[in-house]
Amino acid sequence: MNWTVILSISKTHLLSRLKQSSIAALGVTFGIGTFIILVSFMTGLNQLLDNLILDRTPHVHIYNEIEPSAQQPVELLEEFSEAFNIIRSVKPKQNQEKIHNALPLLSHLKKDTRVRGVTPQVKAQVFYLAGSIKLNGVVQGVDIMEEARLFNIDDYIVQGEPQDLARNDNAILLGAGIAKKMSLEVGDKLQVATAGGDLFPLKIVGLYQSGLAEIDNVQSYTNLKTAQRILGEGNSYITDIHVKLLDMRKALEMAEEIEDQFNLSAVDINRANAQFETGTTIRNIITYAVSITLLVVAGFGIYNILNMMIYEKMNDIAILKATGFSGRDVKMIFISQAMLIGVVGGVIGLFFGYIVSVLIDHTPFETEALPTISTFPVNFNPLYYVIGIVFAIASTFLAGYLPAQRAKKIDPVEIIRGQ
Amino acid sequence: MSIEANNKVLEARNVNKYFTIPVSFHVLKDISLCIERGEFVSIMGKSGCGKSTLLYVLSTMDTDYTGELYIAGEKMTGKSGEELAAVRNSEIGFIFQFHYLLPEFTVLQNVMLPGLKLGRKSADEVRHDALEKLRLLDIGEQADKLASRISGGQKQRVAIARALINQPDIIMADEPTGNLDSKNSENVFNILRQLSHEQHLSLLVVTHDHDFAEKTDRIIIMEDGRIVG
Repeated sequence: MNWTVILSISKTHLLSRLKQSSIAALGVTFGIGTFIILVSFMTGLNQLLDNLILDRTPHVHIYNEIEPSAQQPVELLEEFSEAFNIIRSVKPKQNQEKIHNALPLLSHLKKDTRVRGVTPQVKAQVFYLAGSIKLNGVVQGVDIMEEARLFNIDDYIVQGEPQDLARNDNAILLGAGIAKKMSLEVGDKLQVATAGGDLFPLKIVGLYQSGLAEIDNVQSYTNLKTAQRILGEGNSYITDIHVKLLDMRKALEMAEEIEDQFNLSAVDINRANAQFETGTTIRNIITYAVSITLLVVAGFGIYNILNMMIYEKMNDIAILKATGFSGRDVKMIFISQAMLIGVVGGVIGLFFGYIVSVLIDHTPFETEALPTISTFPVNFNPLYYVIGIVFAIASTFLAGYLPAQRAKKIDPVEIIRGQ
Repeated sequence: MSIEANNKVLEARNVNKYFTIPVSFHVLKDISLCIERGEFVSIMGKSGCGKSTLLYVLSTMDTDYTGELYIAGEKMTGKSGEELAAVRNSEIGFIFQFHYLLPEFTVLQNVMLPGLKLGRKSADEVRHDALEKLRLLDIGEQADKLASRISGGQKQRVAIARALINQPDIIMADEPTGNLDSKNSENVFNILRQLSHEQHLSLLVVTHDHDFAEKTDRIIIMEDGRIVG
């Protein structure tokens, strides 16, 4: 097979019908371009939403839940084991809120190979006091640097730095809603009162905005030690443990293990956010369905144009065959034309898609709910560009194959005698 | 024997062909013929006598026949489409009644294509050969024009140049002058005559034109699918 000759023939064919070839290529360009734009934008959005939930949410959340005992004493007695026991008004026992033996549990979890990191937390109910205003809320004692590493808390610190809190045991990272209500700014002081009436003066080193008003109006962060001091507890007092895993899919298995082993409540991320996975899947399906439809339409365009071209080129095909080009050569001439259209249209489509994606990426998109976002999210994963060009080549190959197969079978004698 | 075989450029033995569409019809009846090297042969006959059909069988393009066909001593019957295409490329030159050039290519490209397909010579050598053939046929100055932009007589000469590019053993022509005025016909005949004399090319020409046929070495007359003289 003599590729230079075949390619030069298909090149001449395409160039002598520049308008037709361009329209065919344009079909591919739009198909691939739209695919790139859709996929980049949709997956960018998906990633943003995933991050919003996944980054902030612990894969396993361990805490001590107050709940009535599942088994009542009467059920343990043998003489009533056959009986039908009805116990009314079952109340939970007053339990300690803290996790029993939290520090050994923490170091045990850190040693687990599935775990990427573990952070302890202390929740304290407080009143915020500034001037004459008194607001109730929650102070959460955290290891702020670990929270920043594992749960990207720094993305939601709109003023100040996580280091400012880590360095100062009398500091607080105030919820943005509280700061607004109390007209407080970074650098101001406020007092925190416990339910017992003790007062703690704290310095505001930063503002925290999650985007959810309910949280921002209530919640603030301090160091672990500060929260323990506010509650008057020692350093083993820990109410919640957040676990981040290396592989999110192991969350359920891990949560069940912990519940069984330590008699604690452990909630895995999928149970906490069941609806979120569904949304991602459906958005992906829509993206691919639309893109494939576009490419199929482009493919039909190419099929049509090549089919027409072969009708017009019957004479040429007969001459080529009479002068020694085999059926396979002729087939390759037409397939290579289809694929040239696909490659040229596809590459331009990639550029087109890339440029529009960049434009979208620079379009301002400001929303209260997402303090970390200032423009539309776009995912520039090179994989989508590879998929795009492979798809362009594959679909044009298929569109060119049938007409080319017909060209291969054309009998030159019939054409030459037909005149 | 070997000398004799070498001298036979083309030989057909007991070729029979039937058309089945629209009705069963025996077009070629037991045709045997032989063309020697350097011979200028014409086939004559009335319309529908099968002379064109015979030419396409002899040209290897039509493979739907019984009997045997040899070109340059090699048996063609039973070869694959690919192999036959290669034979047409290197051994046979074609000239059609309608000039049949590729309209989007230049005159030079038209002449070069079979040579490039053969691939025995580099593109530059093929270009050189093609220009030489065009000059030989007195149309060298048209080389860079599009094939659709030259006159009918010129087109036929380009077709002859294309037929010659791979130095074939035999040139087959189907009514090469059928579409030309008498002056151009004369011209084409003289060119063919000259090729047969000077380059010892074998020529097989199907024609209606008595004057043309009279001037060839041998006339094969066909009637109702048979050779009668």
